[in-house]
Amino acid sequence: MKPVAQNINNSALLTVSGLEVHFTARSGFLTSLLSRETIRVRAVDGLDFNLARGEILCLAGESGSGKTTTGKAILRLVEPTGGDIFYNGENVRQFNRSRLRRFRQDAQIIFQDPYESLNPRQTVFSTVAEPLEVNRLTSSQGEKEERVAEALSDAGLNNPRELFLRYPHELSGGQRQRLAIAGGLVLKPHFIVADEPVSMLDLSIRAGILKLMVDLRDQKGISYLFITHDLSLAWLVSDRIAIMYLGKIVELGSADEVIKKPLHPYTRALVSVIPVPKRISLADKTLLKGETPDPINIPTGCRFHPRCPIKQARCREEEPLYRQVEGGRFVACHFI
Amino acid sequence: MKLLEVDNLTTYYKLKEGYVRACENISLQLDRGEAVGLVGESASGKTTAALSLVKLLPENAIIKAGRIMIDGHDISGAGEEELRKIRWKEISIIFQGAMNALNPVRRVGEQIVEALKIHEKISDKEAIRRTAELFDQVEIDPDRVREYPHEFSGGMRQRVMIAMAIACNPKIVIGDEPTTALDVMVQAQVLQLLENLRRERQMGLILITHDLSVVGETCDRVAVMYAGQIVEDGPTEKVFSDPAHPYTRALIAAFPNIEGERNLASSIPGNPPNLLYPPGGCRFHQRCSEAKAGCRDIEPAITELAPGHRACCHLLQGRVKV
Repeated sequence: MKPVAQNINNSALLTVSGLEVHFTARSGFLTSLLSRETIRVRAVDGLDFNLARGEILCLAGESGSGKTTTGKAILRLVEPTGGDIFYNGENVRQFNRSRLRRFRQDAQIIFQDPYESLNPRQTVFSTVAEPLEVNRLTSSQGEKEERVAEALSDAGLNNPRELFLRYPHELSGGQRQRLAIAGGLVLKPHFIVADEPVSMLDLSIRAGILKLMVDLRDQKGISYLFITHDLSLAWLVSDRIAIMYLGKIVELGSADEVIKKPLHPYTRALVSVIPVPKRISLADKTLLKGETPDPINIPTGCRFHPRCPIKQARCREEEPLYRQVEGGRFVACHFI
Repeated sequence: MKLLEVDNLTTYYKLKEGYVRACENISLQLDRGEAVGLVGESASGKTTAALSLVKLLPENAIIKAGRIMIDGHDISGAGEEELRKIRWKEISIIFQGAMNALNPVRRVGEQIVEALKIHEKISDKEAIRRTAELFDQVEIDPDRVREYPHEFSGGMRQRVMIAMAIACNPKIVIGDEPTTALDVMVQAQVLQLLENLRRERQMGLILITHDLSVVGETCDRVAVMYAGQIVEDGPTEKVFSDPAHPYTRALIAAFPNIEGERNLASSIPGNPPNLLYPPGGCRFHQRCSEAKAGCRDIEPAITELAPGHRACCHLLQGRVKV
């Protein structure tokens, strides 16, 4: 077993250290007959961060950056292949089945698409009551109804009891996402992984859902790992932002610092293309060439070097250290 | 003469329960080389309006009224035969979701060759040469013509869709959410490509999007749609800096803006109306923070605020800004 990481922070709710999720993909049938080589997809490739109690930390990045896999790995919905996850000081990777089950009551995940994560044939009541039943947490029907109504109203759904017998298709998009949130809140969690919770919703109802998340943090002290590709949303709701590229964090800092004074060349480019509602010329943006490479073929040295506007010879050979550059600000780049 | 002139286009969908008034009295104009954004939330009728231009609508759609002129030529009454000649050569569409629009079991290049041969009487050899040229123009390595759609990333597939749309040198291209599923960096690359092509070819571009920033980056003018109607249209700069309609203002305020204040923007209360039974008066009155008694009963007329800047709101009546 690997030694316990040194940066365990006791005041942190969650400490992630050296987290790795590597998948082995099978190559085609013929190739597998001819060679024993397996393809390794390094989806998450060594992450270090912690999350304070009551904090909203955003993992931001483009598709393929590994942000969703990270969220799932923390709840062990996919098994990490390396590193440690400490939750309240306990190592989640060493949890047995019953301990893991209890952990998953305290730590919930909300997915992107309420249309897919809700069962269309389940009423509002049974959707929210199910986690209580699975975990045998209520002793009477009355108590169950009470908890379900409370969760629905915590999720910002008015007159919850009138919704009990409705089906998801009878709700609006915003109400559906609130229902999915209520399904998580009913177990009174302290930690929520929110994976793109508003990206399927229209602009006019997004703000309401995000405000709900922030209110729940303020009132109930819930901590969030907020996963998004949208840096302006990240800036609006998070305390800190971690920018991911190809399975690693390239920069981490307070939301204001990362957006207003980005340091890493990748963050700088990403910030320059953040959408703004005004007439703007594309020429004012730093457009990176090409697309994020496949996590099967991660470039040598700094994994960002093939697209980096300030790269030098050294970047191709030597992987930059992810290090603290000033109070609470971490960057992985040779030239910062 | 305008490249495209649309007057009072009205399209309904027929359902058992009645008619869904998906788009009503849409009027649009487009010059050569100009880009107009059609912006609105889901179900505001923006896609219906665009598909009505080329009559690529579902079977239960009925174009109730409206005149569509391309280069001064009225195509409103065109039959299927004439429309086939117009589509792709005069006006073409980049569809939403390139994943679904390409045939997964045929090579990407073949699909463009086939499209070219259907619309123009050219030899195989010529079609293959033109396909390679198109790949070059949308900045894809022409050697990739032999690959299958699954070998392309989302952004590359969207470039293929653009290559297909411009294959027959149309005068007008409609982009229906052409960058919606893409990462911001790839989105910016695709928008840049569209902009370059528009300038080189002097194409008219109609960009349908829910994303105000996409309009801000690419469009000279913008038309804002709500519940099947255009509520405001004008030069992009003007509409963004001095929005006249309360809905436009609310939409801009709801857009997370890193140049603004760091607090959660206000959302617009309620939901868009069901267009089977649209509300009387102004269609936005139930969600409008500035609604007055009259807004419930009387449909607002168009107010011309400045040349080319118009909005449809009672509060603007008699207030003409120049």
